[in-house]
Amino acid sequence: MSTVDLGLPSLPGGLRGVPAATEPQNRKEYVSDQEVRWCPGCGDYAVLAAFQGFLPELGIKRENVAMVSGIGCSSRFPYYLSTYGMHSIHGRAPAIATGLAVARPDLSVWVVTGDGDALSIGGNHLIHTLRRNVNLKILLFNNRIYGLTKGQYSPTSEPGKVTKSTPMGSVDNPFNPVSLALGAEATFVARTVDSDRKHLTAVLRAAAEHRGTAFVEIYQNCPIFNDNAFDAFKNPETRDDAIIPLVHGEPIRFGTDGRLGVVRDGFASLAVREIASLPNGEADLVIHDAHTEDPAYAFALSRLTDAGVLHQAPIGIFRSVDHPAYDDMVRQQVETSKESQGIGDLQALVTGSDTWTVN
Amino acid sequence: MNRTVTIEVKQLDRVVIRFAGDSGDGMQLTGDRFTAETASFGNDLSTLPNFPAEIRAPAGTLPGVSSFQLHFADHDILTPGDAPDVLIAMNPAALKANLRDVPRGATLIVDTADFTARNLKRIGYEENPLETGELDAYHVVPLNLTGMTVESVKEFGLTRKDASRAKNMYALGLVSWLFQRPVESTIDFLQSKFAGKPDIRDANIAAFRAGYNFGETAEEFSVRYEVKPARMATGTYRNISGNLALAYGLVAGAQRAGLPLVLGAYPITPASDVLHELSKLKRFDVTTIQAEDEIAGVGAALGASFAGALGVTTSSGPGISLKSETIGLGVMLELPLVVCDIQRAGPSTGMPTKTEQADLLQVMFGRNGEAPLPVVAAQSPADCFAIAVEATRIAITYRTPVIVLSDGYLANGSEPWQIPVIENLPKIDPNFTTEPNSTNDKGEPVYLPYLRDPETLARAWAIPGTAGLDHRIGGLEKEDKTGNISYDPANHDLMIRTRQAKVDGITVPPLEVDDPDGTAKVLVLGWGSTYGPIGAGCRRVRKVGGKIAQAHLRHLNPFPPNLGEVLKSYDKVLVPEMNLGQLAMLLRAKYLVDVVSYAQVRGMPLGAAELAEVIGNLVEETAGIDDDARHLGEAAANLTHGEALHIEPNGLHHPEGAR
Ligand code: SF4
Repeated sequence: MSTVDLGLPSLPGGLRGVPAATEPQNRKEYVSDQEVRWCPGCGDYAVLAAFQGFLPELGIKRENVAMVSGIGCSSRFPYYLSTYGMHSIHGRAPAIATGLAVARPDLSVWVVTGDGDALSIGGNHLIHTLRRNVNLKILLFNNRIYGLTKGQYSPTSEPGKVTKSTPMGSVDNPFNPVSLALGAEATFVARTVDSDRKHLTAVLRAAAEHRGTAFVEIYQNCPIFNDNAFDAFKNPETRDDAIIPLVHGEPIRFGTDGRLGVVRDGFASLAVREIASLPNGEADLVIHDAHTEDPAYAFALSRLTDAGVLHQAPIGIFRSVDHPAYDDMVRQQVETSKESQGIGDLQALVTGSDTWTVN
Repeated sequence: MNRTVTIEVKQLDRVVIRFAGDSGDGMQLTGDRFTAETASFGNDLSTLPNFPAEIRAPAGTLPGVSSFQLHFADHDILTPGDAPDVLIAMNPAALKANLRDVPRGATLIVDTADFTARNLKRIGYEENPLETGELDAYHVVPLNLTGMTVESVKEFGLTRKDASRAKNMYALGLVSWLFQRPVESTIDFLQSKFAGKPDIRDANIAAFRAGYNFGETAEEFSVRYEVKPARMATGTYRNISGNLALAYGLVAGAQRAGLPLVLGAYPITPASDVLHELSKLKRFDVTTIQAEDEIAGVGAALGASFAGALGVTTSSGPGISLKSETIGLGVMLELPLVVCDIQRAGPSTGMPTKTEQADLLQVMFGRNGEAPLPVVAAQSPADCFAIAVEATRIAITYRTPVIVLSDGYLANGSEPWQIPVIENLPKIDPNFTTEPNSTNDKGEPVYLPYLRDPETLARAWAIPGTAGLDHRIGGLEKEDKTGNISYDPANHDLMIRTRQAKVDGITVPPLEVDDPDGTAKVLVLGWGSTYGPIGAGCRRVRKVGGKIAQAHLRHLNPFPPNLGEVLKSYDKVLVPEMNLGQLAMLLRAKYLVDVVSYAQVRGMPLGAAELAEVIGNLVEETAGIDDDARHLGEAAANLTHGEALHIEPNGLHHPEGAR
């Protein structure tokens, strides 16, 4: 944590500075007139519906919402919302959104991106945005495949993945997006699933209210090129054992009949165990604390995600801590400079101190 | 000490002086101070810093030599001078590295302290050149500057190493005396620069004074020189470098438009000083973002423009390559964006600290698809201010990225600048759209983001936060007026042509031609930083009786409306460039005029004498004079100014620093 008094409120809200709506809003107002062009059954529909349903509840003016996306299927998102939006270029949305957020504290800025967009071509911008903690919200639609270019493996595809560009199977080791974000010391990191509208909405709301960068990985199904990549989390037969639910202040317990739990295991790491096998039973379980300052804890949680084909992963808010936001500090320096030196006098500046006059 | 020899004061009309030493010797600072003294005295001046890319190349080696050349005069001048009249060499490497540029008869002031057998051998001298007679064609003033510096700062109890570091100030003091420069500003400067380190401050001031007094009292010199203040247009002047002028111009442009400025930039030579200067100007509503890379720099700037600020990014060629895709997005989004390319020698990493103007075709065409954008170029260090204001005007008025071309020579070089009155600069109107600008089929008011001003073809620009005007823009092809995604063939053709027509239609002032009596048959046309050398070359040709017309382009896209006509009214058009003929290619393609390209890419500005020769030859060739009968070029190239500068020592040399 910073030891400098930055004059920021102690409980920053992600929406501070954004004008409140004067009248109640409804979902329809947020639906644009553009025809949605994702494939039938695409997980993006569910996320869009949840988003359109959730935005009116935020209670901010619609014209003060700005969406910035990159390139990929999910990056068409802004076209379908009647807010301000920019569909930019591949991988660069976090950089563009940084300029937007710095220039305009009165906007709620959202970045919509995918696994290829954010983690491959735009990986650099993603990690730097996260470490700076710019006040913007990043929704990473992870379908573990390149959809728009018709089915090449992505940086989150499992090893051995056979695609058009990997006929003998991919030899790439994939990224775990949550681990990556935590490695960059992101202040808000969460994971949710396209099909669980309630959970998705709750995570989005928490992200909106977080001051700083909120990073949300959304497991999103691509029925065309990577169907059932998240089947373990959706199939009623397997999902109880697959989803490790993270609820702040509660023991991390899951599985059919709640038989499984997360315990500390060795140096800075966590493990899943049968509760029946634990010496003190449930008392040995980790109580989830998303406010843990050291990102190592959330990182350890993120490592409970399978590296290859997904059978098990924590879902929920891994980390949510208050740090000063980059754009607030940048603006603060401008204000401090004006206060201490006065509003700039450009004529005096260009004249400088060493002049001579020719008569 | 009482003088036994009286000092004569000689008048000169101009002097070229070069300070050279190790990169760690503070030669740039010394040159800057001498420039400030010279500027405050009222001479016209032009400077050329030249330094290695390495911060501290090994001491005493040829690659580690750093130099600063200053040309000052009692009349208006255009270049930092082809060749120095005086070289101050702080060590053997500095002497060796610079000697080839120094004409015979010029003066060499040499610090002898480092002329040891070992140091000499290291740079390939078998014997001491001060003793072999190989410098007989020069006026050599060997002085143990380091020894005398150490002696002069004894009382401060510094180590020998620290004490000797003030030798640049000793040398500055001496040449300040020699050319009768005012010294107060340098003392004030040292006071404030070293305010926190009193012993260093006092030692530097003492060394500076000691150097000055050495000239005054030591009988080493019998002559001082005077270069009278220049006769310049009335007004108030200051000295300014190109990068500083560019930074101020960007702020002025933003202020005249009433917009905050957001700079997104990544450190790169020779553009970083613009980032540094703008970072100091937060109280002018300037926000600077040092981005994670070049792409993020331009991305943040474009995001800020979308937000309704003036987005600016600054870089050099390699960075512009990385920014290309985002600049193309800016072309499609039709948002204001100022992109400054401070060119350096390429390709690839090239020679980062050396100058070149080989990015012209890159900025004109280096994007995918038909992605036209305006290009402007500064012609002198001070002109960087005006060109930045002009770029801002075009960017905001026409909603387009604009490229500003400068280069390493302009960026680091400096010249006197008549300070403009900010209030008198034209206002720039962002003309934000705040109300619906059309109606839909049902007669309801709507906002069409790509509805255009019929005059300028600029699109209607509404910024986030404007109620009722929410819209989505992006890099996919736009439907005319609505800005919705469109794959319609006819629409694409229309939009391509419309974006081109918008850039082609930008109002640009006509090209002015300097053709004194209107009878020249040959025109010299340049762009960018060659303005000074071309002007100086033309003057030489005119002095020896040649007729020559000169014009210089500040607008490269679109070209001035009368350019075609101008080109066709001369028998020959010479286009000198620090590239392999990029402007020449554009002119041939657009106007079908077979211009004569003169191309030099050495990482250094073109020389006035070399250009004079080329121009003179072309003038005679055009007049049908045979090769062997030509003389104009040679005469113009060999023109010398007044009397050569001989610093006459009194024959009282104490090469080993007896004092
Ligand atoms: S390709 Fe996959 S991700 Fe893309 S729209 Fe179709 S289903 Fe959705």
